Amino acid sequence: MSVTSQGPVLSSAGQTIERHWQALAVRRRLYTIGGLILMVVAMGGSMWFANESNAGKFFDRLPYFFDFIGQLIPRDGTEIWRALFDLPSPYDDGSLKYNYPEGRVYLTESVYIPEYFYKMLETINIALVSTLIGFGLGFVLCFLAAANLTTRRWLRFFVRRFMELLRAFPEIVIAGFFLAVLSLGAVPAIIAVAIHTVGALGKMFFEVVENADMRAEEGLRAAGANWIERVWFGIVPQVLPNFLSYALLRLEINVRASTIIGAVGGGGIGESLRLSISQAHEAKTLAIILLLFCTVMAVDQYSAWLRRRIVGNQSFEFGRGA
Amino acid sequence: MRAFTPAEATALASRHPEIFTGSLRRRLAGWLIGGGIALYLVFAWWFFSVGAIFANANWGIASAYMADWVSYEVRPDIELGEDHLEISFPRFSPLGDNPDPDWLTRKTAVVAISAKTDGAASSAAGAGSGFMGAIEPAPPEGGSTGFLGPLGGNEAAVSTLPPADAPSRREEAVVEASVAFGEEKSLRILPGIVRATRGGETITFEIEGERVEAHGPLPDWVSQSEPGAKAILYFGVGGSAEVQTDEVRIRRRFLGWENFFFDTRSPFFGRPADEVISLILFGERLRPETSNATLAWSNFLNNSEWQHGDVWLKLLQTIVMAFVGTVLASLLAFPLAFAAARNIYPSRAANFLLKRFFDFLRSVDMLIWALFFTRAFGPGPLAGISAIFVTDTGTFGKLYSEALENIDDKQREGVRSVGAAPSAVQRYGVLPQVLPVFLSQSLYFWESNTRSATIIGAVGAGGIGLKLWEAMRTNSDWENVAYMVLLILLVVFVFDNISSMLRRRLTGTQVTPAH
Repeated sequence: MSVTSQGPVLSSAGQTIERHWQALAVRRRLYTIGGLILMVVAMGGSMWFANESNAGKFFDRLPYFFDFIGQLIPRDGTEIWRALFDLPSPYDDGSLKYNYPEGRVYLTESVYIPEYFYKMLETINIALVSTLIGFGLGFVLCFLAAANLTTRRWLRFFVRRFMELLRAFPEIVIAGFFLAVLSLGAVPAIIAVAIHTVGALGKMFFEVVENADMRAEEGLRAAGANWIERVWFGIVPQVLPNFLSYALLRLEINVRASTIIGAVGGGGIGESLRLSISQAHEAKTLAIILLLFCTVMAVDQYSAWLRRRIVGNQSFEFGRGA
Repeated sequence: MRAFTPAEATALASRHPEIFTGSLRRRLAGWLIGGGIALYLVFAWWFFSVGAIFANANWGIASAYMADWVSYEVRPDIELGEDHLEISFPRFSPLGDNPDPDWLTRKTAVVAISAKTDGAASSAAGAGSGFMGAIEPAPPEGGSTGFLGPLGGNEAAVSTLPPADAPSRREEAVVEASVAFGEEKSLRILPGIVRATRGGETITFEIEGERVEAHGPLPDWVSQSEPGAKAILYFGVGGSAEVQTDEVRIRRRFLGWENFFFDTRSPFFGRPADEVISLILFGERLRPETSNATLAWSNFLNNSEWQHGDVWLKLLQTIVMAFVGTVLASLLAFPLAFAAARNIYPSRAANFLLKRFFDFLRSVDMLIWALFFTRAFGPGPLAGISAIFVTDTGTFGKLYSEALENIDDKQREGVRSVGAAPSAVQRYGVLPQVLPVFLSQSLYFWESNTRSATIIGAVGAGGIGLKLWEAMRTNSDWENVAYMVLLILLVVFVFDNISSMLRRRLTGTQVTPAH
């Protein structure tokens, strides 16, 4: 397809354009190639560094890579179900590996919650409580950080930096600090996740508020409403659906985060998982992974459905109200 | 303009009741949701037994830990002998060997030290600081006596002491020590007598056998569980002291990070900044085998308290983990996303399977992958890289394929209509539309992975997370935690800005894709 070789003869203006275009193209190509080379060098250096500073070397460990999968195969397939529902195992030899019924949490004499379901419930509750706390505080803070509602620059600056700090402060340090003060358990995990959530949601929220339609607020201002009334009746109804949608998204993230915090001492399913993997209890590990996988999937799906409903309802109501 | 009377308002409301009252369900919904949340929070309070946990929490420890973030303590012990004092610093005192700080002044005199009391004093010292290892002998006094006034009076006072029964030797020893805790806060210690001053208040304690007797009422900055028991004196930010029957334990607190540049073993320790700089630039070699600059640098990196070299290495590991993991995930997700997008690769089975595969990678959490890869590769950045790589392959696959499914078809049709080969259709019809979105999403995740790499580090994937966790577990290195947190915040801040700058340039606007 050699179309360009027999191109039309260009006018002098056309030639200038052509020349400029050529120069631009060369410069762009140069940038692309330079960027690629930089990237390859950075990647090569990083990978070399990672390999050098690792405990086991990549190529030495590669043949053993699938060993852990081998270590994950239980004695028989139904072991996973027994571990999951705390049913007695035929292999029970008194060791921790097969003591499934011991983790049962009895509600009454005979009705019990299997251990891992209880732990999973704990993790979900950690996520839920910390999302609620984060939502509440983020809700209060976001209006103070929005440029269209807070005219005092210093206040806005301060609130924004504060939320940034909350967001960037490593969760693990907050958890570690409160684990030292409050001893092991779920409360340090709640505090750590909630603090991060305040920062993350606050940022999302104030961006929503800044994009809100100000006409309702102006109407209220004309009628003499004070700041709180203007925010509550003029802004909140518009932004609430988006707030809820972001909060649900945060809930999904927080379920994962509280699992991880659990693994470093914050209770819940994360702790059980770390213990069972480090002690090579294959059936228990698989049971926990299965449970975790299904829960995370379910939370994700449910929240996506709910979000679609909320944000969909919003547009629906706008149409009806007009 | 006509006024709007209440009667008209009522009439209006009665004509359109649906606007002003709304349905019962809608009016109640807000209250129901609020009540539900309140009920749930009460349940959570009970479920996690929050009340009991807060009641049992050790808040005293919390404030001490918080103070450790930005300050440090020096803890000399002052043994109360029969007629002299022995001042000892713990072995790893931040002041180095044989410290003579200016807030601790001593008066010395020649006293008769009976072998009996001497033995008793040193055995008590051994018991008092047993867990610290061997005790330092009290340094011989020389220079510090000069500004403490005439020695003669003390000597005269001491020489009137009755001679001890046991064979004794005459030796120069500390007979009085005073510790300054700040403005008008001080502690004066004589054998058997401790006098504390804070503000205008002064309290004197006298050691009578096995009892610490206070003279006069206790001010509110002194706590003593019962008369005769050990007394704890608080001097605010300056520190505290504990008066026991055989010793006074000083906790003198200073603002700042101790020995941040050089530890006590370094030849540069204790020198002021200008002296260190001039030594490095022009000074004679402190060690004949290396130059001063090299020595200072290696002493700084290997500072035993702050471990700068190791902390920076670990931080670099975390950065590398996030960077390599994100880049590899983007590279793998790129072709897979094309195969997973309905409008690009028209095979329902392949689309469906790939999308479920992405969901699987995402839903098995980063934590689980990190734990597995730690077992495979051993602790270190390889495990972290692999965990981020696998999780983000799922995330990117999903985001990329959604972006591909939302492209404008006209551009592609145009390229196809001139007879371009399928690869050229993708290159010129699809890629220009999605590449900025892809890159922007990768950048966003690079930034957030820098944060998550810290956390998965703590479960064994290496990097600064593990180091942080180890520092926190000892419960005594909170200043190191503060240092590492500062470094992390700095890195996150820098990367945040780089990434959002690049994203703005790529897309023209700020895009924050959902997780």
